Amino acid sequence: MKKLCALLAVLALLTACSSNEQKPVESAAKPAAEKQIKAGFIYVGPVGDAGWTWAHDQGRIAMEKADYVQPSTFIESVPEGAESARVINGLVQKGHNLIFTTSFGFMDATLDVASKNKDVVFMHCSGYKTADNVGTYFGRMYEPRYLSGIVAGKMSKSNIIGYVAAFPIPEVIRGINAFTLGARSVNPQAEIKVVWTQTWFDPGVERDAADSLLDVGADVLTMHQDAPATLQAAEARGAYVIGYNSDMRKFAPTAFLTAPIWNWEAVYTKTAEEVKNGTWKSQQIWWGMKENLVQLAPFSDRVTPEVQQLANEKRKAIIAGTLHPFSGPLKDQSGKEIVAAGSTLDDGALLGMNWFVEGVQGTIPK
Amino acid sequence: MLEILLDATVRAGTPILFATLGAIINERAGIINLGIEGLMLIGALSGFAATFVSGNLLLGVAAAFAAAFAAGSIHALVCVQLRGNQIVSGLALTMFGVGCTALFGRSMVGQTIDGFERHAIPLLSQLPVIGKAFFNQDWLIYFSFLLVFKIWFFFYRTRWGLELRTIGENPAAADACGIPVNLYRFLAIACGSGFVGIGGAYLSLASTPMWIENMSAGRGWIAVALVIFAGWSSVRALFGAYLFGGITAMQLRFQAMGTTISAHILQMLPYIFTIVVLVVSTLRLQKGASQQPGNLGQPYDREDRK
Repeated sequence: MKKLCALLAVLALLTACSSNEQKPVESAAKPAAEKQIKAGFIYVGPVGDAGWTWAHDQGRIAMEKADYVQPSTFIESVPEGAESARVINGLVQKGHNLIFTTSFGFMDATLDVASKNKDVVFMHCSGYKTADNVGTYFGRMYEPRYLSGIVAGKMSKSNIIGYVAAFPIPEVIRGINAFTLGARSVNPQAEIKVVWTQTWFDPGVERDAADSLLDVGADVLTMHQDAPATLQAAEARGAYVIGYNSDMRKFAPTAFLTAPIWNWEAVYTKTAEEVKNGTWKSQQIWWGMKENLVQLAPFSDRVTPEVQQLANEKRKAIIAGTLHPFSGPLKDQSGKEIVAAGSTLDDGALLGMNWFVEGVQGTIPK
Repeated sequence: MLEILLDATVRAGTPILFATLGAIINERAGIINLGIEGLMLIGALSGFAATFVSGNLLLGVAAAFAAAFAAGSIHALVCVQLRGNQIVSGLALTMFGVGCTALFGRSMVGQTIDGFERHAIPLLSQLPVIGKAFFNQDWLIYFSFLLVFKIWFFFYRTRWGLELRTIGENPAAADACGIPVNLYRFLAIACGSGFVGIGGAYLSLASTPMWIENMSAGRGWIAVALVIFAGWSSVRALFGAYLFGGITAMQLRFQAMGTTISAHILQMLPYIFTIVVLVVSTLRLQKGASQQPGNLGQPYDREDRK
């Protein structure tokens, strides 16, 4: 009997802790003349992660400024996989008519719930499956990554640049490659050393990985994780650092150069407006700097005016479409030509990228 | 290179060391504490918040100890006073720690403080190889050395330590000797929890001076396993924690130096090590050479007849 009680207590706790729902305080009633948007957000991490989920939540808050958007709901720390369908369904039951699921692992659950709720619009971040009422959205983060590589290549004196990498998936590899191409476009001697932490979110390990790169002579660092541990490591050792996700310069006031950052508001506001007007159609959004979904954070004073000017020129060229980071000739690590001069990698090749360009030192775990 | 590696080893091992020491004090009194992970987070957040508000690192460490002491008292209340199930209470403490630090830590995310800095100890830091790694560190690391010695001294050279070990082995006998079993157990749980809290504070005040939800990232569970590896001895806990920290530090440096071993294999090393540790210590246990306190996990009730 005692054991049974204990088991029940554990089960009760587990259910209570599995997801915590945040209900915003209802603000003053808004005019109900036009279609009201009641949006719900499913987050994979906690809003307090200072990185990925935090950036999404900033977008959500910005979206609420529109007067046809009712206070939105978010549910954080939702485990990926089949379990998430229950949580998504919960939002539908509560009358949400626009639902954003903000992690790759929610893909099948989103499609599943969407197939039973045709009148609700779903937007899934970073996936590849769509339906009549399911669209996807993601950003061409490689564009600002390329620009930040230019800055790193120019600012490095040792020509060794450290990259604290998260998981060996195409998104991360694409970022490393774009960064490397940017760095070597201005500094052909630059070598990018890669250390994998296999974490999105473990400051201790990430700090140690950053230190290990500084130990082998790197004088500029960048990273792909959510926590600002790499910034602190660079600050402590007098190196330069390029952030990621959001502008984290206060963690490295003297070391910070710039950061490729997300601006999810661009998608959220536009989608809400389209749903309100009834013009929304399912599509696969993969926006870049032109649509303002990804950006380069303002430069710090450390970046010399010439470098700032150079990066700004390249930025304009990318936005105008005259420069593509992955245009040929491109060689892989072994020196074999992958993309010939004059041609450019298409989106399919970019989305499935699983090889390193020349100049990267490190291996992709297989 | 060896110097750098040792230095990284000590820094990666210290939070686990504090947590393991705290857990050992708990288990020596016969109480299993699975709340280590939660206690670390409580310590990390309270330490960071106190330092952020006051600007004083020492106050941060004190706050981390006090908050984890208070949270540990809940576990003590359930295990000692109410004679509840220690496993359930410990797991609940972990979940409580994760949830409540997430809730109350929200305003601390993205804030910055000046963390602990290195202070070289004259002469000792000049020693070859080990000097830089062990004696050019921050005050919390020096405190951890002292704590390892203090705990050893307490358990094996003082009367109170002997009495506490007796309680862990056989509370009824201790009770018959006139030792206040419940008071000892209560203090052992609460103080041990306090040291676990300092381990958490090492993360948020020294290792990476910031607060992020769940920043202990499983180190508390490693500490739970290391208690068994260490055979409930504080000195062996030091080696266990550094061995673990060393493997983590090594695999990252292997990658930075450009080895061709798959990062997946390198990353598995700490966990393979944990499993090996458990197997080895379980085998030792079967041979009867175990140091495990005889009454571990059992609530004590004076009225119970056995």
